[in-house]
Amino acid sequence: MFDFLQDYDLAGAVWTTVQLAVLSAVGSLIWGTMLAAMRVGPVPLMRAFGTAYVNIVRNIPLTVIILFASLGLNQTLGVTLGAGGDFKTINFRLAVLGLILYTSSFVCEALRSGINTVPVGQAEAARALGLGFGQVLRLVVLPQAFRSSVIPLANVLIALIKNTTVAAAIGVAETALLMKEMIENEAQLLLIAAVIALVFVVLTLPTGLILGWVGKKVAVKR
Amino acid sequence: MTAVSVATEDKAATGELVVLNSVNKHFGALHVLQDIDLTIHRGEVVVVIGPSGSGKSTLCRTINRLETVDSGSITIDGKPLPAEGKELARLRADVGMVFQSFNLFAHKTVLENVTLGQVKVRKADARKAEETARALLDRVGVGAQADKYPAQLSGGQQQRVAIARALAMGPKVMLFDEPTSALDPEMINEVLEVMKQLAEDGMTMIVVTHEMGFARSAANRVVFMADGRIVEEATPDQFFSNPRSDRAKDFLSKILHH
Ligand SMILES: Nc1ncnc2c1ncn2[C@@H]1O[C@H](COP(=O)(O)OP(=O)(O)OP(=O)(O)O)[C@@H](O)[C@H]1O
Ligand SMILES: [Mg+2]
Repeated sequence: MFDFLQDYDLAGAVWTTVQLAVLSAVGSLIWGTMLAAMRVGPVPLMRAFGTAYVNIVRNIPLTVIILFASLGLNQTLGVTLGAGGDFKTINFRLAVLGLILYTSSFVCEALRSGINTVPVGQAEAARALGLGFGQVLRLVVLPQAFRSSVIPLANVLIALIKNTTVAAAIGVAETALLMKEMIENEAQLLLIAAVIALVFVVLTLPTGLILGWVGKKVAVKR
Repeated sequence: MTAVSVATEDKAATGELVVLNSVNKHFGALHVLQDIDLTIHRGEVVVVIGPSGSGKSTLCRTINRLETVDSGSITIDGKPLPAEGKELARLRADVGMVFQSFNLFAHKTVLENVTLGQVKVRKADARKAEETARALLDRVGVGAQADKYPAQLSGGQQQRVAIARALAMGPKVMLFDEPTSALDPEMINEVLEVMKQLAEDGMTMIVVTHEMGFARSAANRVVFMADGRIVEEATPDQFFSNPRSDRAKDFLSKILHH
């Protein structure tokens, strides 16, 4: 029944999906944290930038962002992200870039919700001890904020894993593109859908369970 | 162990430690502090009392600049409060603050709460800081809880840890903003006892509280505030048995007859 799978490189496609997800997760965690720092920081210009960025980017469909990366950045402006003329690599990198730009806005908001769970009294007590602005953030506010952001961040990560399928729109050979190919060539529609669904459940379910457990474990008791 | 007797060496010395000079503060249109003049001498214990919204908390918070003032000056041990930055941080370290809601660092153990400021602000050696912290925790009677997290302690225990955390900085003056009003009745005394002991040891203290027993037994002076002004200043005995202003009479009749 599953014979048809032998004609396709399912493992390779899943591996590409995993790479897309991991690279984008790391990138958006970094950029998202920077955005969050801008949004809670004291510099008005940075606050304005952070707020504008998040509100614009998270309201644009991911497909549009990824297509823009491909058509706008690459084909119009000639950005290749250091991949020379290798189209496969260029598209993969553009997809990662698009996913990072998009997902970081959600990471930022997850972190900001975490920061908002830290009562102002915590920062006040820290200031009253004589800790400086940076120390207050680093020693008292952010450690508590990260702990209560684990679960919202897990949700962002799960959404990101599923969102990697949008990379198919610019021809990245990940799982969803393979699915399209299989559907075109085989008559096993339901079976194909079931296999692909299973792949994503296998990727997302443990992510959710593990991070859910971690989130409970590190939660700050008040 | 010497660090534990934080304030005793100041006992003999007198002189002005905290001086507020025509301090004014607004929150928008609300004039919360109006021409406040207040001098607190070394070793003195001053209780601030007054109706809700009269500006008692704001007064406390301006003294270590958690709130800025609009005009007037505040000096601590002869030094005016700096605007921002390192100088201000150093000055804050000299002013201990105890909050109504304890505000212990929730992600740190009791011991870490008491060592954090010593290590990060006073640059104390970690072992020395722990020694000081354990001695202070013993002194306020929560030595056995050192490795627990704040949420595992009762309110009274948390507030005593908060006092130890402030004392660990070796402050020149301690501010208490209604330290017992978030506590269950049976825990109020254990905190007041610690504060009384501190007063006896010669610590300079500014205490916002409605605990008359504490004011009578530990305070040198009562400052009565209403509508952002200091309406009356007197010894505890004078104030409670023979208040001069109508505002104070009115206020006392309300808190005494409930
Ligand atoms: N951050 C703030 N922004 C605006 N108004 C404030 C702020 N903090 C306090 N106020 C107002 O200033 C006035 C004085 O407040 P403050 O907290 O100093 O009073 P208080 O004497 O401590 O009262 P309580 O006994 O209720 O604690 C109140 O009317 C309060 O609503
Ligand atoms: Mg108050």
